[in-house]
Amino acid sequence: MTTANSFRTGPDENGNYGIFGGRFVAETLMPLILSVEKAWNIARSDAAFRAELDEYLRDYVGRPSPLYFAKRLTEHLGGAKVYFKRDELNHTGSHKINNCMGQILLARRMGKTRIIAETGAGQHGVATATVAALFGMPCIVYMGETDIARQQPNVFRMKLLGAEVRPVTSGSRTLKDAMNEALRDWVANVHDTFYIIGTVAGPHPYPEMVREFQSVIGREAREQMTEREGRLPDTLVACVGGGSNAMGLFHPFLDDKDVAIVGVEAAGKGIDTDAHAASLTRGRPGVLHGNRTYLLQDDDGQITEAHSISAGLDYPGIGPEHSWLKDQGRVSYVSATDAEALEAFQLCCKLEGIIPALEPSHALAHVMRMAPSLPADHIILMNMCGRGDKDVFTVAAAIGVSLE
Amino acid sequence: MSDRLARCFARLRADNRAAFVPFITGGDPDRATCATLLRGLPEAGADIIEVGMPFSDPMADGPAVQASSLRALRAGTKLADVLALVADHRQHDPETPIILMGYYNPIYSYGVDRFLSDADKAGVDGLIVVDLPAEHDDELCVPALSRGLSIIRLVSPTTDDERLPTVLTNTSGFVYYVSIAGITGTKSADSAEVASAVVRLRRHTALPIAVGFGIRNAAQAAEIARTADAAVVGSAIVTTIQESLDDDGRATAHTVERTLALVRDIARGVHGARDS
Repeated sequence: MTTANSFRTGPDENGNYGIFGGRFVAETLMPLILSVEKAWNIARSDAAFRAELDEYLRDYVGRPSPLYFAKRLTEHLGGAKVYFKRDELNHTGSHKINNCMGQILLARRMGKTRIIAETGAGQHGVATATVAALFGMPCIVYMGETDIARQQPNVFRMKLLGAEVRPVTSGSRTLKDAMNEALRDWVANVHDTFYIIGTVAGPHPYPEMVREFQSVIGREAREQMTEREGRLPDTLVACVGGGSNAMGLFHPFLDDKDVAIVGVEAAGKGIDTDAHAASLTRGRPGVLHGNRTYLLQDDDGQITEAHSISAGLDYPGIGPEHSWLKDQGRVSYVSATDAEALEAFQLCCKLEGIIPALEPSHALAHVMRMAPSLPADHIILMNMCGRGDKDVFTVAAAIGVSLE
Repeated sequence: MSDRLARCFARLRADNRAAFVPFITGGDPDRATCATLLRGLPEAGADIIEVGMPFSDPMADGPAVQASSLRALRAGTKLADVLALVADHRQHDPETPIILMGYYNPIYSYGVDRFLSDADKAGVDGLIVVDLPAEHDDELCVPALSRGLSIIRLVSPTTDDERLPTVLTNTSGFVYYVSIAGITGTKSADSAEVASAVVRLRRHTALPIAVGFGIRNAAQAAEIARTADAAVVGSAIVTTIQESLDDDGRATAHTVERTLALVRDIARGVHGARDS
């Protein structure tokens, strides 16, 4: 395999990152996908579009999000310096809104009047419902029944924001099935509907477009770290489900060869059990939801069900650019179990006064593993991509506390 | 184009009638029942048979075909079993064209070359792979054509005149017009819209034009068969299979009989459509 001169030039004009990515959709969607790509290519180089987006990100989302030195956590771990990029402080409580704001502005430019989305943890659903409310557009969010049961606060939030939450009862009733249902809706409503995909997956141009909207995280972090420490961090750590918060943090650093980059997958009950969501660690390349990427699948190419305590990581696939970065060896992908994430969750609450979402708790679990053996001048930057208010019921149940 | 498909459409043209193309999922509700159904389809009036390759995530299909796919998977059906069903059927029926319909991942996982070779040996005539648009022709379409397997492409109401040549370039056997913007079995096709779409398609291709996705009964199929070269019915047939099963989802004494009765009824509609 040849190593790329730059890791930041992909995808090619057909949306390929090496063998990954592409546009594997039914013909009914192809004309629409091509029109989204055309509109996106015009918008991305249009100063007026960027100015409008920047204004909303600043005044409505609350960007830039702070870079925070986690002093007590650093002392507790007794090794590397740990920084958090505080994207959990964004309006709606996660990084998801960075992308939703970009996509809804694009939908408006395209003259679309109806918004659909899929959601797992509900963070993307809430962010989509929020921007739809902001612009007065009807919004339908597809969500698996299993996820609806474990993310009740977010379901109610979406309803308050005026969105209709449609329960998905097919398959494993989680994120992948919600995405199937959203694609089915889109096929039937191509004339007026824009599908706001929540992660760096799906048919081209979505993986690239979502990455570009999320890269604001990494761009800000570069500047903030340089200002604060006079240099770049040594290691980046982020959780990966579909991979949007990780891609947003990683992408601006991909060509900084001295910056080590680590993505943390959900190992569920363990990667050697059949209950995990570690598609890069345990999957193999396949085609689902419009792109070729690493997938959890059986020997016959049937997609298998993922498991994670974190609904946002409970997906059997991964964004195609992550698959490419894994095969290129530029990013290392590790995993953390439900139990490790729960431990990290509780430690972060007590030491930092921050209730993290279960998703970044996986990233934190890896930080807790690596920091103690690193020198005090090693800088770790972790993306705190969401807050954990939505997860308190799940955590209570997992640690045996009754809230009744 | 496969010889069987070419002969089939030539015969139909000579008789001035349209083809009836029933769809069933390979292995639904179990392999033995499915094999019996396949055996009965030509006699019940099927001119071409479309066999689904079950997939866990059939994104372009509505609830009826999704459920059918799931039944086949629960019965343990593998891609190799679907190919074996076709190969077994060919022992008894050397002439009825058989089209496999499915999604790319099971084929990709099986290995494209191995799949094409095995499909060819089994006696498959053509392939519909829903999530492989013309932009990905190098994956499967080009190698399939070089083996003499037809690649039947879906054309939808959203495929405009500018895009049609791209979609039709490597299409062979016939063109499959998706008569509704949507997933299978969820809306009814509007026969006037379909008729004008067929006229539009004929300006771009000399291939036979099949219509499907929104045809539920004999009367609708007859309407379509007046203008199109073939009418495809899937959801109504797999729904009949579903309704014939016992409480545990197993085939009953009625499964084959009721399914073939529906096929016979729709076939009469298609075949008599141009008589008056």
